[in-house]
Amino acid sequence: MLKIENLHVFYGGIHALKGINLNVEKGKTISLIGANGAGKSTTLRCIMGLVKKSEGSIVYDGKDLTGFKTRDIVKMGLVLTPEGRRIFPNLSVKENIMLGAYTRTDKTEIERDFDRVYELFPRLKEREWQVAGTLSGGEQQMLAVGRSLMSKPKLIMMDEPSLGLAPLIVKNIFEIIREINDNGVTVLLIEQNAKAALEIADYAYVLETGKITLEGKGSDLLNDPDVQKAYLGEAVTKNIEKNE
Amino acid sequence: MSLNIFMQQLVNAASLGSLYALLAIGYTMVYGILRLINFAHGDIFMLSTYIAFYAMTSFLLPWYISFAIAIILTILFGILLERGAYRPLRNSPRISIMISAIAASFLIENLAIVIFGGRPKAFPSVPAFSKIISISGVSTSSISVIIPIVTFIVLILLGYIVNQTKMGMAMRAVSKDYEAARLMGINVNTVISFTFGIGSGLAAIGGVMWGLKYPQLIPLMGLMPGLKCFIAAVVGGIGDIKGAVIGGFILGFGEIMIVAVSAFLPYDLSGYRDAFAFVLLIAILLLKPSGIMGKSSVEKV
Repeated sequence: MLKIENLHVFYGGIHALKGINLNVEKGKTISLIGANGAGKSTTLRCIMGLVKKSEGSIVYDGKDLTGFKTRDIVKMGLVLTPEGRRIFPNLSVKENIMLGAYTRTDKTEIERDFDRVYELFPRLKEREWQVAGTLSGGEQQMLAVGRSLMSKPKLIMMDEPSLGLAPLIVKNIFEIIREINDNGVTVLLIEQNAKAALEIADYAYVLETGKITLEGKGSDLLNDPDVQKAYLGEAVTKNIEKNE
Repeated sequence: MSLNIFMQQLVNAASLGSLYALLAIGYTMVYGILRLINFAHGDIFMLSTYIAFYAMTSFLLPWYISFAIAIILTILFGILLERGAYRPLRNSPRISIMISAIAASFLIENLAIVIFGGRPKAFPSVPAFSKIISISGVSTSSISVIIPIVTFIVLILLGYIVNQTKMGMAMRAVSKDYEAARLMGINVNTVISFTFGIGSGLAAIGGVMWGLKYPQLIPLMGLMPGLKCFIAAVVGGIGDIKGAVIGGFILGFGEIMIVAVSAFLPYDLSGYRDAFAFVLLIAILLLKPSGIMGKSSVEKV
């Protein structure tokens, strides 16, 4: 569904992505994990046309996205829920959700999707007329996801949906990601919370300073000693246990 | 002060305040979306009066067609100004785009002097607007009553556009976050053009009414109202449309009342009329720098 080949991006003078290959199969949940500054967000921003690539190809649904405007990409059903939620704090919850459907004109279907978002997030319905800036962090993340769903995504990309949220809410968010995927939407997930991201993923990639260093089934990576050492912090605990 | 004169001044204040409000909204909307003080806004206002003037005097068109042409051409000019002077600098440091705004202002003013001539021109009087009407002893020209009414209607329309339409929603979204707005599929450039169009249109509506009320045109006539309305926007809380309206009216009432009260004071204060705006600016910057409607943001991160 989405195929990235040899993607290079320069950010100012920095070589942020150094030839990434990534394949997102239809209907799957794919995770991209990696440390801060590894280039995860840059990858997604580049797919959406917010950052220019210097080399390589991004093919979505059989079409090369080179030169496409962000709004054309959104219309094609490729949607990004950005890092830090980026909801519009001055707009009401309802308006935020409506903006997700900005490029759509199918009125009756928009209404139906609207109801579905409220079904998925009853909390948002309760706060329909509240200004979005007054929502809690978890509610804002729900709003960001709900807003993205209004764009009628075929492939939804989520950038750090668990960032800064309480563990219980993180669990909730991941359940919803699973539910979205079960409804037939392909998911590309970026996370620092590697454990949760790998558990949910059919296939996963590890990104390190602009390069994919490891890839495999989510469950395989979860048991990979290198991944455990670098991202799951388990090696350390094991060592301590040994020493004891 | 007799009640009659006071009432008359009140009408004057309402119409001047309306004109200031219309002009101030343009500053505040452009600032809200681009974080730019559009220094050429006062000159756009000046252009609209000259366009109406030439349409009526050179092309001998009726006033309503002339005013419509003036408003439409001014809107186009505002959009063109953004395209030519501001858009190419969108990703440059903020100071560059501000300098470009100052340059655009000087360019328009001086081109106007060359093209229109520096000598003042008299805005043709339109009989429908220069009638003297008197209600229970208070007499005033009809334009002084029409200005607040037109402004009121325009403001309601503006409120509808900003708060109820899809474009208005996009405008408010873009004013907070360009990139997130792009991710919604919003064409940010279109929204910015639209904002400039509305701001310039309001300036043009104010401009033709200004011509009817104060019928002397000079190429630099946009300078002082432009400066004052910028102050009105700051006083009201820049970026906030309601604030700009409130600021405009405070300015209009303040100025007229200084003149009105002077008549009864031993010392004539009316010469300080223009100083009122600047005193007000200093006062608000000392007391509440974010402006009357300005609030510290409530967003959680």
